[in-house]
Amino acid sequence: MSEKVYARNVEALKNGTVIDHIPAGMGLRILHLFKLTEYGERVTVGLNLSSGHMGAKDLIKVENLVLSEEQANELALLAPKCTVSVIEDFEVVRKQKLAIPEEVTGIFSCANSNCVSHVEPVKSHFRVRVTEHDTKMKCKYCEKVFSKDIVVGNR
Amino acid sequence: MANPLYRKHIISIPDFSREELELVVEPAARLKASPRADLLQDRLIATCFFEPSTRTRLSFETAVQRLGGNVIGFSDAASTSTKKGETLADTVRIISSYTDAIVMRHPKEGAARVASEFSAVPIINGGDGANQHPSQTLLDLFTLRETQGRLDNLTVAFVGDLKYGRTVHSLAQALSLFGAKFYFVGPEALAMPDYLCEELDERGISYTIAATIEEVIPHIDILYMTRVQRERFDEAEYKKIQGQFVLRADMLRNARPNMKILHPLPRVDEITPDVDSTPHAYYFEQAKNGVFARQALLSLVLNETV
Repeated sequence: MSEKVYARNVEALKNGTVIDHIPAGMGLRILHLFKLTEYGERVTVGLNLSSGHMGAKDLIKVENLVLSEEQANELALLAPKCTVSVIEDFEVVRKQKLAIPEEVTGIFSCANSNCVSHVEPVKSHFRVRVTEHDTKMKCKYCEKVFSKDIVVGNR
Repeated sequence: MANPLYRKHIISIPDFSREELELVVEPAARLKASPRADLLQDRLIATCFFEPSTRTRLSFETAVQRLGGNVIGFSDAASTSTKKGETLADTVRIISSYTDAIVMRHPKEGAARVASEFSAVPIINGGDGANQHPSQTLLDLFTLRETQGRLDNLTVAFVGDLKYGRTVHSLAQALSLFGAKFYFVGPEALAMPDYLCEELDERGISYTIAATIEEVIPHIDILYMTRVQRERFDEAEYKKIQGQFVLRADMLRNARPNMKILHPLPRVDEITPDVDSTPHAYYFEQAKNGVFARQALLSLVLNETV
């Protein structure tokens, strides 16, 4: 492989998704929560990259993968200001819209340590409600209501 | 047409509509007035108590047997396969293949909801950790109706542990469907949780936080007492609040004639024994009503029409 082709493989993406403007420190959590390494596709991660308005940011590129609308919405709970670009033939063909979902299943753990969802063969499930000052998440099982940041910061 | 609770899981009060709550209260009154020994004939109900309980288990078992049904079950998880590491999901799958309904109590919050996802028969939640205890709320509603003749527009004071008291939360949620007015009286550290106050705000329910029991007594139909648990406080803090939320007979002078005192029991020292003989004390009758409310609930879940 020539040096030029090798550099392009790492830096540019022919087809796939770029998740950019992730708050610094959250990149690896997104990688883990969305199991982005488990698709068998090439993943490039940039941590603490310099960013004009953010200071520092993380970035993830995944080859040959487009996030579902559901995944993009779940991402909105974690990093509402990140951008998700779909790449085809090295060009950005569209930006995925991130909207806070009404429900979220299987991504986040319940923050209540006595919730049965930690020990039984069920997926976590939250109903999400955006209020004037906060976004609340209610566990379907223990029925406890948490501020969004408590749940998404829980793993 | 089958009644709306037929073959339904009974997990949590917020799952109920106003009409469904009223549906249980009606037959509870009828069954108290004229007992029926046939409504659960040939039915087998499991009572699975993964943690100990006195009143709830015995009143459910009494309800089943008085209606002509049979009971199997356990009163302690120590003697079950849970001890060997079996999941609740598997335990419930098996027991639901033996029985017509499962009444269960479990120390984990959400246990009854999980059980309902794996059970072939209705699950009736007899308490899941600090979360829900819907049959307690149904018996409370039945008792309110019995003593006040209505459920609409009652003024209720909740006293004691409003933070952890699941009976308080569920009853407040249920009564908010009937346009109630609330007073909350308790230590600041055990105040009603924010999420519940927000729910009440959204439903336009008015509530007032009051400092003492005496100041609310002249204004209320129901005084709902709960126990402030000593273990929630350190010794010095407990000394400070001890005695502040205790009801004595001499405090009832200005009570309305219809005012009744309820308590989910067990009481320890938050209601002095001299209250028991006043016409306002109703907590023992309330506990007795547990059997009728549970009879009504089981009858509706297991019969198309009652």
